[in-house]
Amino acid sequence: MKTNTRIILICSGKGGVGKTTLTANLGIALARQGLKTAVLDADFGLRNLDLLLGLENRIVYTAQEVLEESCRLDQALVKHKKEPNLALLPAGNPRMLEWIKPDDMQRIASMLSEQFEYVLIDCPAGVEDGFKNAVSAAKEAIVVTNPEVSAVRDADRVIGLLNTHGISPVQLVLNRVRPKMIASQEMLSVDDVTDILSLPLLGLVLEDEQVIVSTNRGEPLTLNGTNSPAARCYSNIARRMQGEEIPLIDPSKEGSGIRDKFRRLMQTKIF
Amino acid sequence: MTLRDILNKLLRRQPTSASTARERLQLVLAHDRSDLSPELLDKMRKEILEVVAKYVEIDLEEGAVSLETEDRMTALVANLPIKRTVTGAIKLKENDDE
Repeated sequence: MKTNTRIILICSGKGGVGKTTLTANLGIALARQGLKTAVLDADFGLRNLDLLLGLENRIVYTAQEVLEESCRLDQALVKHKKEPNLALLPAGNPRMLEWIKPDDMQRIASMLSEQFEYVLIDCPAGVEDGFKNAVSAAKEAIVVTNPEVSAVRDADRVIGLLNTHGISPVQLVLNRVRPKMIASQEMLSVDDVTDILSLPLLGLVLEDEQVIVSTNRGEPLTLNGTNSPAARCYSNIARRMQGEEIPLIDPSKEGSGIRDKFRRLMQTKIF
Repeated sequence: MTLRDILNKLLRRQPTSASTARERLQLVLAHDRSDLSPELLDKMRKEILEVVAKYVEIDLEEGAVSLETEDRMTALVANLPIKRTVTGAIKLKENDDE
C-alpha cells in the first residue's frame, strides 16, 4: 500500500447537502491537475455518483465483484472518457449492505491506493453502519454542510464521530452559500458556521443554478472549465487540497450596487 | 450584535433569522455534545442548587446552570447570586450597605 495516497472521506451527516456533487467535481478537478484520482461510491443503498459523472451506462462490475474476487479491480474501475486520470469504483447492489464490513472497505481502499494519488470516498448520509464502514477506510475527511440549522447540527455530530475515529485532518466545505441572504442576515454567515463547528474552512461553494444543469447532463461543472460561480469554487477547493494558497471568495463582496453597499453597512458589527 | 440588529431592536422588529439560528444552534449543540437532555440538566441544576443552599443562601429564582460551548469544548456554567451565608459570618458585597 502506497502510504502517500490521500484517502479522503466526503461526508455530511444530513442528506442532500451536496456530498456527491462535491465528490464528482473535486474528482474531475484533481484529475485535470494531472493527479491520478479514484472516486469510490460508498453509498451502497442509494448510489448516485455514477449518474453525476455521466458514467451510469458504462458500469460492468462493481465493488461487490471486486470484494467477491469474481473480477479484478481494473475490470471494475470505470475510466472517465474525457478525463482519463479519473476512475470510478461503482457501488454494488444494495444487498451489499447486509454483509459489508469495515474490513471490506479497508481492503478496497488499500487496493485503490496502489494505483492512485487521491481516493475520494462518497459517504452515505447518516451516522449508522454505512458511515462506519466508509470512515474506517479513510485517513482524512471533508465535511460538507449548508448554512442551515439542521445541516450544521448534523455536521457537528459527524465531526465528533470523525474525531473518535482518529481521522485527521478534518476540513469544512460550506455549500450553497447565498451572499445576498447572508448580507441581509437571513442566512448563517461563513464565520458563524466555522465558529460554531470550529473547523478549518477548506472552501465555500456559492449557490449556482448551473449545478443542476450540469447534473442533468452528467457533466460536472469542473469538466468543461466553465466560469460559473460554483465551478470557480470547486476548482479553488481542489487547488487548495494540493497546497496552493488561494484566497476565499468573500460572499459579502459579491455585488457592487448601492443596495449591496447598504446591506454591507448594516452588517457592521457593533459589539 | 450588528447595526441591523440594533435598528431592528429600536423599531421593535423581529431579530434577523440568522441571529436566531445562531442562538438556537449554540444551545442545541451544547446539549448534543454533552449528551445531556434538558430534563437531565434541569434535574442536575436543582440538585446543585440544593447542595449550594446548604452553605449559602442563594436566590433560587435567579440561579442559572447552563452548558456553554467554545471551540468544541463544553463547560457547565453555574451563575448563583448569593444573598448571604447561612452563618452570616462572611460579609458579602450585597450586604455591605445594610
